[in-house]
Amino acid sequence: MAIRERLSGNEAVAYAIKQINPDVMPAFPITPSTEIPQYVANYIANGKVDTEFIHVESEHSAMSAAVGASAAGARVVTATSSCGMALMWEELYVAASDRLPVVLALVNRALSGPININADHSDSMGARDAGWIQIYAESNQEVYDNFLQAYPIAEHESVHLPVMICQDGFITSHGVENILLVEDEKVKEFVGEYCPAHYLLKKEEPMAVGPYAVSSYYMETKRGQREAMKNARQVILDVAKRFEEMTGRKYGFFEEYRMEDAEYVIVLIGSAAGTCKAAVDKIRERSGKKVGLLKIRVFRPFPEEELAQALKDRKAVAVLDRSEMFSATGGPLGTEVRSALYGAKSKAGVVNYFYGLGGRDITVEDFEEVYTKLEKLAQTHKAEDMYAYIGLREK
Amino acid sequence: MKNTVEIRWHGRGGQGAKTAALLLADVAFKTGKYVQGFPEYGPERMGAPITAYNRISRDPITIHSNIYSPDYVVVVDDGLITSIDVTQGLKKNGAVIVNTERGREEIVSQLRRHGWKGSVYTVDARKISVEALGRYYPNSPMLAAVVAVSGVVTPAEFLKEMEDSFAHKFAKKPEVIEGNMKALDMTFAALAEDGRNPVRKSA
Repeated sequence: MAIRERLSGNEAVAYAIKQINPDVMPAFPITPSTEIPQYVANYIANGKVDTEFIHVESEHSAMSAAVGASAAGARVVTATSSCGMALMWEELYVAASDRLPVVLALVNRALSGPININADHSDSMGARDAGWIQIYAESNQEVYDNFLQAYPIAEHESVHLPVMICQDGFITSHGVENILLVEDEKVKEFVGEYCPAHYLLKKEEPMAVGPYAVSSYYMETKRGQREAMKNARQVILDVAKRFEEMTGRKYGFFEEYRMEDAEYVIVLIGSAAGTCKAAVDKIRERSGKKVGLLKIRVFRPFPEEELAQALKDRKAVAVLDRSEMFSATGGPLGTEVRSALYGAKSKAGVVNYFYGLGGRDITVEDFEEVYTKLEKLAQTHKAEDMYAYIGLREK
Repeated sequence: MKNTVEIRWHGRGGQGAKTAALLLADVAFKTGKYVQGFPEYGPERMGAPITAYNRISRDPITIHSNIYSPDYVVVVDDGLITSIDVTQGLKKNGAVIVNTERGREEIVSQLRRHGWKGSVYTVDARKISVEALGRYYPNSPMLAAVVAVSGVVTPAEFLKEMEDSFAHKFAKKPEVIEGNMKALDMTFAALAEDGRNPVRKSA
């Protein structure tokens, strides 16, 4: 029987870490992810886990230590947010190119400046090209469930890539919600032991990790990472299937909410999906208009074909980005979704809006307005405000 | 109780409004409800106005936005009611509960200045807390007041859950359990006594 609890998103991740009992956790505190290493440090102090906690002097060192420990053959976790992740930048790429299955609990927060501690995806979206698998959550339940699935994905022999488990700062990290926890024994069995085939401390097989690669090797390394990322697609689905067998909770690359007959669709990532669901229910109940939501769970690898298939025959689609990339056109999610639809020769009207930057709230009413605009777009075939900011103060 | 009740808490950083919201979520959770308790942070500093929220429902809750049309507003620091409109968006048939040592009439007239025409309840959490516990901990009286006024859980369920929770939290300090329970009883009694009888019998 699942354990009925109420936890914040940070508590839920820390609880998952306790259940998994990884070998090493190097971490440096930063709001809003600070509580995760803090709770794990408590578990360690109280003898609940025997994880080796490394008190590092910066996030740069946290990810360096994670790379070192993982190369040595340990199962490693760390946690960070925002500018903390920015300080890890160099090592994020090292972890990925060294094919180290490190798991990073990322609590998404805006990057400076101006200084802001609230939810925003600019940290992980900036790192989308680093070679990490990225999995996002709508709720505390989802971030817990995603975390349990992280190691089986990361450590799979055909993948061997680091995984970022992302959740929205404060909205889920500090918000307490009902949650169903999985029993310890089931978690242990599900996640399994980490037995890497190759690792630095294996004395029968002396090896180097992360040496200089001349031009005649670098590109092949990248190709290897690319193949691993492609392999991750099937592994993510297989692990989700196994998770569903254990818990009854179904996961994929994305969640389709009331999409069977939907003509007007919002595509987004993260906690705002729950608010959007309430808008979908409200509109369908009030007017019967065929509105739906597609919530991205896996952003890296990008589920291009599946997304295009799910969206191409809709009348109009609004892709909502929670981070700027200052192309002065679209955002990271919008650009990739449009590219996928172009490849599928879709005739759906597409707009790409920005919302929630630096924690700006988005409400059910805001989503209702987006659906109204989509209806208009489908009628006029004219996107009047292609890259609008939702909820911007005009005065 | 209607299907989903939304509550907004106003306080200042360090006063425990966030903790109180989380405690209310705890109590409602233990009586089988779906709950949300979450803070909204401005600049992180002691004394800055902060807002915390509760959604309490019989059904799963998916909405992750702040609450703009609450059913109830709880004000932990009465100094806030002159600087911000704490009743903004509050439903007409809702109520505002203010922790204050001042007279009810003064608080009511200040809230009326913002155009609030609905119910106002005042609780002197300091008086109750000092008498019951010997020190000022506003959370227990404020929780009792919000339960009494909103009916999100019945007083009986509330008292039972709080006693269990205090027993767990203060296992080595039983005298604190008694004081906290006394603070809850005194709050119920004070609210019932002042003539508007807000203590609801059923959730």
